[in-house]
Amino acid sequence: MHRFLVKLSSSSSPFSNQLRSLKNQRLILPLLPSSKPFTSSSVSPPPSPLNASNRFGYPYSADLFRNLSPLNPNSRILGVNGITSSRCISSEAVRESIEYDVLIVGAGPAGLSAAIRLKQLSQEKNIDLSVCVVEKGAEVGGHIISGNVFEPLALDELLPHWRQEHAPIEIPASSDKFWFLTKDRAFSLPSPFDNKGNYVISLSQLVRWLGGKAEELGTEIYPGFSASEVLFDASDKVVGIATKDMGISKDGSKKENFQPGVDIKGRVTLFAEGCRGSLSERIIKKYKLREEVNAQHQTYALGIKEVWEIDESKHNPGEVIHTLGWPLDPKTYGGSFLYHMNDRQVALGLVVALNYHNPFLNPYEEFQKLKHHPAIKGILEGGTVLQYGARTLNEGGFQSIPYPVFPGGAIIGCSAGFLNVPKIKGTHTAMKSGMLAAEAAFGALHEGLNMNTYWDNLRDSWVWKELYAARNYRPAFEYGLLPGLAISAMEHYVLKGKVPFTLKHGKADHEATDLARKWTPIVYPKPDGVLSFDVPTSLYRSNTNHDHDQPSHLRLRDPKIPEKVNFPEYAAPESRYCPARVYEYIEDEEGKPKLQINAQNCLHCKACDIKDPKQNIEWTVPEGGGGPAYSLM
Amino acid sequence: MKILVAVKRVVDYAVKIRVKPDKTGVETQNVKMSMNPFCEIALEEALRIKEAGFAKEVIAVSIGPSQCVDTLRTGLAMGADRGIHVETNSIFLPLTIAKILKSLADVENPGLIFLGKQAIDDDCNQTGQMVAALLGWPQATFASKVVLDKDKNVATVDREVDGGLETLNVDLPAVITTDLRLNQPRYASLPNIMKAKSKPIKKMTVQDLKVDIKSDIEILEVTEPPKRKSGVMVSSVDELIDKLKNEAHVV
Repeated sequence: MHRFLVKLSSSSSPFSNQLRSLKNQRLILPLLPSSKPFTSSSVSPPPSPLNASNRFGYPYSADLFRNLSPLNPNSRILGVNGITSSRCISSEAVRESIEYDVLIVGAGPAGLSAAIRLKQLSQEKNIDLSVCVVEKGAEVGGHIISGNVFEPLALDELLPHWRQEHAPIEIPASSDKFWFLTKDRAFSLPSPFDNKGNYVISLSQLVRWLGGKAEELGTEIYPGFSASEVLFDASDKVVGIATKDMGISKDGSKKENFQPGVDIKGRVTLFAEGCRGSLSERIIKKYKLREEVNAQHQTYALGIKEVWEIDESKHNPGEVIHTLGWPLDPKTYGGSFLYHMNDRQVALGLVVALNYHNPFLNPYEEFQKLKHHPAIKGILEGGTVLQYGARTLNEGGFQSIPYPVFPGGAIIGCSAGFLNVPKIKGTHTAMKSGMLAAEAAFGALHEGLNMNTYWDNLRDSWVWKELYAARNYRPAFEYGLLPGLAISAMEHYVLKGKVPFTLKHGKADHEATDLARKWTPIVYPKPDGVLSFDVPTSLYRSNTNHDHDQPSHLRLRDPKIPEKVNFPEYAAPESRYCPARVYEYIEDEEGKPKLQINAQNCLHCKACDIKDPKQNIEWTVPEGGGGPAYSLM
Repeated sequence: MKILVAVKRVVDYAVKIRVKPDKTGVETQNVKMSMNPFCEIALEEALRIKEAGFAKEVIAVSIGPSQCVDTLRTGLAMGADRGIHVETNSIFLPLTIAKILKSLADVENPGLIFLGKQAIDDDCNQTGQMVAALLGWPQATFASKVVLDKDKNVATVDREVDGGLETLNVDLPAVITTDLRLNQPRYASLPNIMKAKSKPIKKMTVQDLKVDIKSDIEILEVTEPPKRKSGVMVSSVDELIDKLKNEAHVV
């Protein structure tokens, strides 16, 4: 094993570590009274000047915007200057350090495919390679959520015998329905999708299976550890990551069970954090990886999903339905999906592009509306919700792919952005990117080659061909829904990407939000508790939790901006797009609105990091093991 | 002195529970499982006693299906020295578990047995007490503080009881079950998780331990509690009194 435990601190007792780590303390927060999460559900709504039946009792709703009504006087603002993301290992030699040949951050499809490929190569060529995967979820698969109609192309290459190895891929896609929804009706349209040969799966279950395969081959996987910092050497090359200190209290002091993080070093480090990965974003910025290849900015969508267990009579395993239109308006790109899995389960979700303009749009509420549509309602009635979750996904496609190689490693999967938007599939390309990076890493470690071969091989692969052919679908919708559909039809039936031009993306998602005064607040219907639900009820179904006594992992670069800009000018969009009710505006002692961050609710979807108008919110990792616990998603 | 700590693999406390459609129990398929929080506290206390020099070895025991090994590995990563896995796919109720633990105690001869006061899946709060009775050992349950006196071979335990705090002296060997305020369990650090992989876990079966597993209790049905009904708005105090009298029959 090319790994050795370098213990730079001699004692492992918590007390001596405490003393030593005082020097290490990077987190200093202002002393704040802590407030309970889930507060708004325990606070009764103030009397509404609007129609009472139209309110959920959100403290930040339209009423509050027009005339502040007194609510919970418990207010709190969390503002911390962002901590530096880079840290030279030469200055602080007090943490334990563990070394591997390859370190992979994130146990998702890309990360695990890279690990498996590395171990396969190491077996083939009889060269031992130590591979470590760190994962912030408490379990492999716990933070994995996706539609998912799976295209097995990459899996066939990676593990050709998956069919005989009890992979949780059992339900072939049997039909491809495509509906255009209006408020009351559904119009069947010719389906732009062709899912023959694909399977309706739970990606969380598939990733768990991949994790098992990776471990069988000798990969060390450590769930429950969040990578909070990138480690650099003196020449600014990435040498690994540092896991987050555990057991720090909300006020920044060390608790009884304080456990310092550990430096995990890799001769090659692969970042596989998924869409808008926190460390990947820092790496892309630091090494200017988009500028290097003249890539555009990444664009995103927010997907909100539920898995339902429905009536046997309504269940049709393998049925794949996509919809367009209602409840979203023609200027907002997005649509819904409904996939019949096995065990009477269906996956249902709404995907809303985050370049929407109306600051009052609430994607969660739009999803609740969707479930009441007659065509959808019919399928769900009599069923129960098993799980709920949300996650952002890439929509930038070809135009937004950054140069994925940096000194010391590479970025794979959705952290770079290989999702095929017209197919709405990113799993197969993420896996392939992981495999290609693994091959390049193996070459770099043992055959004197360069990690740049990852980039070359990507461009020679079917990933590139696919994404190139798909590149003009999404940008066409900048011109509106109907022109977008028309161009999509042209692309699908005639052009297939073989045009000499590449359409560009519009504004970045956070810049697309209009000022609130140009729009009127949307009044959403109350949840009925049978088909639609309030956020706390849904959140409970995500099994999300974080240790409450830790500093908020959602950092405000400037603590004054929420009250100075977000609330007055944009009507606090974060209180509307966050699918976990993390951001709430409540009244302080002087009756002024103050932002309260319920970090404990966080689903790790990254919507806030993407959509905040002034890019003031930085999503960083909380203590490892926190977050949702998806198992069916 | 050896300390035996019983740890149970239960549905994670943050997971939303669902009753199986056939009403035979709670859904545990594809559900996140973790070590029972009270068992974590028990293990933490045992580790602190060992670190203070009062015990030589901490042994973690778990009874259940093959995945209990994961729970034991977590215990080993926290600092237990070795693990014992009594493998079974049946659901055992507290008396059977107590008999198994007694059997193990007869073999291992620990000076202390630590358990969590109750498991968060069945909330029985029986196993510790039954183990003590079967062994004929003293018991101190709902411990919120444990102080050992090595010379006198006595443990002084503060118990959280309904009336307040009760302090007991128990002669060792004894059974102690742990309550929430006893300690805050440590995180398993990454290096300790790595070291734990090489610590031994002994596999045993109920037959090995010669325990009679026949249960006197049979679970007939598991159902969800009735859904909370929405409140009723009343327009006056008289209406309220009327409803309390004639509908709710409480006055």
